[in-house]
Amino acid sequence: MMRVIATLAVLLGLAVSAAADDLRGTGDLGIVIERASGSIAIVDTTNHAILGRVEGLGDVSHASAVYSRDERYVYVFGRDGGLTKIDMLTRKIVDRVVQSGNAIGGAISDDGRLIAVSNYEPGGVKVFNAETLDLVADIPAVYGKAGARSKTVGLVDAPGRRFVFSLWDAGETWIVDFSTGETPQVTKFADIGLNPYDGLITGDGRHYLAGLFGEDGLAHIDLWAEPPAPRRILDNYGRGEEKLPVYKMPHLEGWALAGDRFFLPAIGRHEVLAVDARSFEEIGRIKVKGQPVFAVARPDGRQVWVNFALPDNRFIQVIDVPTMTIVHEFEPGPAALHMEFSPRGHEVWISVRDADRVDVYDTRTFAKIAELPAMKPSGIFFTARAHRTGL
Amino acid sequence: MYDHMAVRTTKSGQKAPRHKSRRVSYVEIAAAIALTCIALAAAIGDTIASAPGLTQERQRQLTEFVRQDCGSCHGMTLKGGLGRPLSADMFEGRGADIIAEIILDGIPGTAMPPWRALLTEAEADWIAEALKRGDIR
Repeated sequence: MMRVIATLAVLLGLAVSAAADDLRGTGDLGIVIERASGSIAIVDTTNHAILGRVEGLGDVSHASAVYSRDERYVYVFGRDGGLTKIDMLTRKIVDRVVQSGNAIGGAISDDGRLIAVSNYEPGGVKVFNAETLDLVADIPAVYGKAGARSKTVGLVDAPGRRFVFSLWDAGETWIVDFSTGETPQVTKFADIGLNPYDGLITGDGRHYLAGLFGEDGLAHIDLWAEPPAPRRILDNYGRGEEKLPVYKMPHLEGWALAGDRFFLPAIGRHEVLAVDARSFEEIGRIKVKGQPVFAVARPDGRQVWVNFALPDNRFIQVIDVPTMTIVHEFEPGPAALHMEFSPRGHEVWISVRDADRVDVYDTRTFAKIAELPAMKPSGIFFTARAHRTGL
Repeated sequence: MYDHMAVRTTKSGQKAPRHKSRRVSYVEIAAAIALTCIALAAAIGDTIASAPGLTQERQRQLTEFVRQDCGSCHGMTLKGGLGRPLSADMFEGRGADIIAEIILDGIPGTAMPPWRALLTEAEADWIAEALKRGDIR
């Protein structure tokens, strides 16, 4: 009998150690959206490797993603209204709902329990239980006397189980506050400006900025103010000059803050605007190669990497923040439309859509370190986003 | 703050020569339709009409351009996004020449930019026809 128990103990020990060998963390994982094939590639950023693919996500053109607090699950927001929860380790779809006809990204609450999705059609925001994907709240973006519905943009999470978003058609920003439960308190700000196209919130959760397509300026809301109120900043940065054509709408992201300055893409001008993070006054502008799409600060804030709309989307320029000059320009290839930094910024991953490739660069030497094959890659999202407000 | 829009609308003068060239394009369109009928009758599986002056390779590039780059706003499957859907039923009752003109000159005061710097008139005509027929999805 003792021998049997001893044998069992040895076998059990072997089983446990074998399982232990298979364990791994998710902190160095990420996903690459493959927009044309409705799939994501799950990537290992330490080994520059594709671990596998998850398919069946519908239309993931312009898809984005957020992570659960434990970095185990990724929630992918598809263009076709699909919200898909995927296990990063088993690389399987855990749950999926098609929650609207046309969507544009989402956010996860600071406590990790609510997933909000921004919808174009029907316009509004829907909020889901992050565990079950059950609907928690439906917030139609109704505005004006006729009761029209607006497309919603620039949806971000804010501290205190809040979400902030803007209404493209209505020129409004709304705050929805779930701090008291599942029925939100909605605060609406009208007249923030014409056609807000995207929004961002700073990593401290204090400042919400909405970029305006319809006029030269941005809307700013200090969420720490009592009560918060929108104000216009960078008014008339275009100085009344004719806008250049905008072939791709710029994106605003929480990575815009570099040290004590914001770097923001101008609309219809081949410039990146530098803005003092305290006064919100313009402190300079950097002439760049084309219409900027993303202006993304390396996590340490020393550099800002800029990519462009057509016809300049083969190029990337790097701004040195202290001197506000361009210190590097290179040509990753056709449609270099998305960049994602490693959490501490030593590397950057770049989707080169029309070359069906993701490239990895060293951000100090600018040398290319790796190339990974991907099908029409677009957005890249690393798990470290789980612990950043507004990403 | 509407200055840029005012300036843009004055550019409508550019559209005048386009209208003149329209009559020629109707002939081209008729030719394209005739070619399509012949192609459909004779060949199997070729869904894209042969347009004069555009190589098969260029047509393939333009199809990809519409999906990927027009798709930024109109959705990769053209079901709409910040911009309206570009499905064939959206174009009912609207001539291909009008669609081509919108592609080339944009719609002032909206997010639709003028693509004239990136596309030739023949290419815009081809895209307009292809969208109207629902060939690009």
